[in-house]
Amino acid sequence: MSLFSFARRKAPPKTAQTAKDRLQILLAHERSSSGAAEADYLPMLQRDIVAAIRKHVPIDDKDVEVRMDRGDNMSSLEINIELPAAAKGKAD
Amino acid sequence: MTTEAKTNPPLGRVIVITSGKGGVGKTTSSAAISAGLAKQGFRTVVIDFDVGLRNLDMTMGCERRVVFDFINVIQGDAKLKQALIKDKRVETLSILPTSQTRDKDALTKDGVEKVLNELKTEFDYIICDSPAGIEHGAQMAMYFADEAVVVTNPEVSSVRDSDRVLGLLSSQTKRAETDGAEAIKAQVLITRYDPDRVNTGEMMTVDDVLEILAVPLLGVVPESKAILKASNVGTPVTLDGPSAASQAYEDAVARLTGKQVEMRMDGERRPGFLQRLFGRAS
Repeated sequence: MSLFSFARRKAPPKTAQTAKDRLQILLAHERSSSGAAEADYLPMLQRDIVAAIRKHVPIDDKDVEVRMDRGDNMSSLEINIELPAAAKGKAD
Repeated sequence: MTTEAKTNPPLGRVIVITSGKGGVGKTTSSAAISAGLAKQGFRTVVIDFDVGLRNLDMTMGCERRVVFDFINVIQGDAKLKQALIKDKRVETLSILPTSQTRDKDALTKDGVEKVLNELKTEFDYIICDSPAGIEHGAQMAMYFADEAVVVTNPEVSSVRDSDRVLGLLSSQTKRAETDGAEAIKAQVLITRYDPDRVNTGEMMTVDDVLEILAVPLLGVVPESKAILKASNVGTPVTLDGPSAASQAYEDAVARLTGKQVEMRMDGERRPGFLQRLFGRAS
């Protein structure tokens, strides 16, 4: 574009590439069959986990925190369960 | 203000960002305004009402962290606390994403009211990002609002649709249906404003738009390259470096919180001759 732009071609961070990368990760996930079914399995999974823990420790639905981080190669599901005051602390 | 707001009881103010027409900047504005309010120290949550076409998560940059959504909460499959995504940049900001797989009928009036009432006990501002159109999803987004921001481009179809939406705000909402209730405070936010084209007479002026719509002006956001750049990387424009657009949104946010801020209508600064010749640093 400008007279000397060839000299500085390399540096600027390209946000368009970031946009494309983000879309590719997201859409790969949404197009897969698991993407569509996910909305249903996560609440069920959570219910099952809570039920399993309740067999041993009395916990409330509110004491469970589910976090998800999707990546292109790997996704992680983090489940935090806050135990009642008697057994203070958090179990992963 | 920052620390004050946190200790006070929550304001619990519900603001719908709506427009009728699609593509005028509702989600961009929802993201920018909610982040702007949160930056001021207000506890703010932004809700995506566009069931089936979730996009607020991408604009906010939290699309990889969505586990539960608004519809899960309405249907009792998850607690509200579990569905809220805490923003990693601003502590006082949360996002409530919508479902990508369900349809709009999952938004029931009772369900929406219950969720909003719960949010009101914890947040100062509850920003409802409406879907385009005037159907069920848009109606649910506006029904419980205390205030409305009608996003309008200075362009004929957008202004026409905004007029229609203003009509709905004053007739099809809880405040409209409740005897003795104060009407929804509706304000127009003009976006994609291009001062150069206004000067050459190619674009309607702010006054033209206001004369037609006859509602107060919340702000004027100039056409700006910063908007696409911010959406590319999933950052609300008010959290992404200084620009004419982010300044305009900051001003609008200040006005929402009751401050008097002078209206500026200058656009993005154009590179001068020398800058064009030698290229720009950014």
